[in-house]
Amino acid sequence: MSLKTIKLNDREIVCQEDESILDALLRDNIDIPNNCRRGVCQSCMIRSLDNAPPAASQNGLTDVLQHQNYFLACLCYPEQDMTISLNTPKDFFTESTVIDKKLLNSDILLLTLKCSTPLDYYAGQFVNLKRYDGLQRSYSIANNHLLNPDSVTFHIRKLKDGLFSEWAYQELAVGDTLDISDPQGLCYYLPNQLDQNLMLIGTGSGLAPLLGIISEALHQGHRGDIHLFHGSREIEGLYLIEEMQQLTQQYQNFNYTPCLSSDTLANGFAKGRAHDVAMSTIPSLKDWRIYLCGHPDMVHQAKRQAFLKGAAIQNIYADAFHVGTASAK
Amino acid sequence: MTETTTLYEQIGGEAAVNAAVDIFYRKVLTDHRINRFFDGVNMAQQAAKQKAFLTMAFGGPHNYTGEDMRKGHAHLVKLGLDDSHFDAVIENLGATLVELNVPQALIAQVAAIGESTRNDVLGR
Repeated sequence: MSLKTIKLNDREIVCQEDESILDALLRDNIDIPNNCRRGVCQSCMIRSLDNAPPAASQNGLTDVLQHQNYFLACLCYPEQDMTISLNTPKDFFTESTVIDKKLLNSDILLLTLKCSTPLDYYAGQFVNLKRYDGLQRSYSIANNHLLNPDSVTFHIRKLKDGLFSEWAYQELAVGDTLDISDPQGLCYYLPNQLDQNLMLIGTGSGLAPLLGIISEALHQGHRGDIHLFHGSREIEGLYLIEEMQQLTQQYQNFNYTPCLSSDTLANGFAKGRAHDVAMSTIPSLKDWRIYLCGHPDMVHQAKRQAFLKGAAIQNIYADAFHVGTASAK
Repeated sequence: MTETTTLYEQIGGEAAVNAAVDIFYRKVLTDHRINRFFDGVNMAQQAAKQKAFLTMAFGGPHNYTGEDMRKGHAHLVKLGLDDSHFDAVIENLGATLVELNVPQALIAQVAAIGESTRNDVLGR
């Protein structure tokens, strides 16, 4: 009577009454990581592609994971048939066309792509861009789909000997095509707590996802304070400074602090590393939501600092930009 | 050992664990005796582990075995993890519960469960 059918790729697994999806998958010899089987270790987390999973199976997951229908297979006793995925979005690509390309500063290129089918993404997520020969790199989406449903923008930082970025600078032209993966990542804005204060810290092109998040938050009518700290060594490493300053005029709850970590003293710029400046500016981060994007060391240190300043771990969203190693070129 | 669920319920079950985990983890990260052992770990994963540990220490449902404890800490034992560090963790655990106004008699029971993992954690 109450057997449920679980679809996984081209297979159908029958989940018996009083049987968890994890047990059903394992009984069918499907290899899925698992450990505690009590919803604590979260190693059996998978995603529903159609129906929302039962609330009990999302216990303990962050709101963005719940929002994307992730759930714990060990706690899931399905109430209806479900289609599930053990794959990640990086396996699926759409074709896109370059519609604009311009410099934001000497090292950062603003690339605008139009997708053949609209990309379903949340501001702050990233995609993999793949050129004709298969070379891929991950880039954060810098705009928000509410304002620009047809195009996606990226900030491509020029890296010394960076195969993809050099090519994007030198050869990629308007009208060329690029493959773009389905959006990935959990560092994005959700309009579920409009009064929550937001702190966003970015270094270098880590500004890209933060811009998307800020744009979407303001568009959604976010009421809590929004504090952006953008850091680089020198002024030349920062960009969109005037645009950010204009935004502070336009929105009372938006605050912008450009930070310089070198010895340069400049009017209107805070001195110090962006995360140090941010942490010394805001006395307590209790109940705040934190977004950290950019250099892995910054992200790592700022996570700990934010947590010790009172932010809850599930309210700290981070995207560390790891530069590809030589072998990944 | 059916009373262990009673301890868990007396403390307040999963809600108590959720309240305790951030307080406990903050204490551990700011404790100079032991925080070097937490450098470079993934904080979200570590918090999930802390939650599992606290659930067990509170007498709640868990799947921890002595073998898991040994495997999970073997790399730290090589870095010098010893009784003094274990004592510090138990101390932080107690202080966390005091902060949450858990009665002393229950704290003693939690400490005793934590204590029972000492030899496995230290690989003896």
